[in-house]
Amino acid sequence: MFKHHAKLETNIFFLAVGILLTIVVGGLVEVIPLFSIESTIEKVDGVRPYTPLELAGRNIYIREGCYNCHSQMIRPFKDEVERYGHYSLAAESKYDHPFQWGSKRTGPDLARVGGKYTDDWQVRHLINPRDVVPGSIMPGYKHLVRKLDYADIGSHLKVNRLVGVPYTDAQIASAKKDLEEQVFADPAAKPAVAASYPKANIGKASISLTNADPKAVTEMDALVAYLQVLGTMVDFKTVDEKAIRR
Amino acid sequence: MATVEKDSVSGQNTTGHEWDGIKELNTPLPKWWVYVFWATVVWAIGYWFMYPAWPLLNGYTQGSLGYSSRGELAMELDAQKKARSTWLSKIEASDTGAIEKDKDLLRYAMAGGKIAFNENCAPCHGAGGVGVAGAYPTLADDEWLWGGTLADIEQTIKYGVRNANKDTRVSEMPKFGVDGVLKADQIAAVADYVVSMANKAPAKGSAGETVFAENCAVCHGEDGSGQAALGAPALNNQIWLFVKGNKESVAAQVNNPKHGSMPAWAERLDASTIKMLAVYVHNLGGGK
Repeated sequence: MFKHHAKLETNIFFLAVGILLTIVVGGLVEVIPLFSIESTIEKVDGVRPYTPLELAGRNIYIREGCYNCHSQMIRPFKDEVERYGHYSLAAESKYDHPFQWGSKRTGPDLARVGGKYTDDWQVRHLINPRDVVPGSIMPGYKHLVRKLDYADIGSHLKVNRLVGVPYTDAQIASAKKDLEEQVFADPAAKPAVAASYPKANIGKASISLTNADPKAVTEMDALVAYLQVLGTMVDFKTVDEKAIRR
Repeated sequence: MATVEKDSVSGQNTTGHEWDGIKELNTPLPKWWVYVFWATVVWAIGYWFMYPAWPLLNGYTQGSLGYSSRGELAMELDAQKKARSTWLSKIEASDTGAIEKDKDLLRYAMAGGKIAFNENCAPCHGAGGVGVAGAYPTLADDEWLWGGTLADIEQTIKYGVRNANKDTRVSEMPKFGVDGVLKADQIAAVADYVVSMANKAPAKGSAGETVFAENCAVCHGEDGSGQAALGAPALNNQIWLFVKGNKESVAAQVNNPKHGSMPAWAERLDASTIKMLAVYVHNLGGGK
């Protein structure tokens, strides 16, 4: 079958053509699946871009390396679904750049941690996990009780829009205001940030537990706002289980 | 290009390749290996038709068996539900009172409740319901904020306390100091009185007693025995949550009260799990 390969190997033109063909096939095998990636993202309602505060919290999550110990990916396995809730959908991380699926679980999965515990618990636990979970080996993050630097938060939204997150011009323009509103507004007063970003966790998380300036937005506030929205955007009561099968 | 020839030492043919007089032996792969190789190729072709395999421009080939990992999970969960239904269907059909009376059901509910408790409740209330001093109430004693009957406990687990659920338990102690309802000396007096009350020796006839009767008794009860319907804790004992039991911390709570909150678990857990949790918590030591 390969009788003539000596000709291939000794003729520079044929060799070049042969190499080109090999690379083309290998490249297509990697590229073609991406053409259909849209169809792998389930069509479900509710997934929205992160609020400016959540986005700032997400940046802190990444900065502190939370993903080194916590995954955000509930796999479609019986034991995981029993413990953490509905398996994660691709749609739920479509606005994550980059996604935080992770590959290591020293701590539990966080894909549906939003709303599971109160803000108060999240703050206590982040300051010193042993205060509430005696056997925890997670480090304390007391240093997050410091002012959040959010002067450039609008640019963060803009960059996310560049890679496909549908932030509107209005959302980008009011990013700083929305961020402050999410911390300081009264949730009962239906603030604009809640209309623009449904299910946002309104309120100051670190109010009573820390010595931080109550009028300042802390990194703790941002991180807790992010944690409290994880996995809460899709209402699975309204999702057709058969339509999201892959 | 040399020709293929038989090597005199090994008895094998050469490949016909020769460089600088060095010839390459053509040692064929073992037959069994070649057969297995071709068998896997045939297997793969069958797999393409039966299972999801090839990406297409808009989707992928589904395969004739209709397999999906998420569909398989649904089947596994159904099978598990069936396997558990012997007991779980009884839990579903009974109310918590009936579960507690049936010895076998109770044992099942306690085991199931414990698993759910450790995953969902223990982070705040501690393993076995020990609570966290100054933060989260103990569930293993007979002191209850929102009532310790089975029905009370089930209601609290379902809808939580001071959250966004429309059926949540709510009550807010007024900010007596911050909002200017009471003056500093009145707060000091009532704090003294509450401490004496907690020591089981209420200071009768003191100024604090009057302040208490006029402002606090409506929720906490005249004798400070609390009122579960309002989540108003008993003050006539030494069990405290946000307060340390001394005058300063009582005064601080009167001045600008702290309030706890709890998620509404009906949004996350199914009804049977909540029933098992209620039975488990009721049996931690202090159920009423």
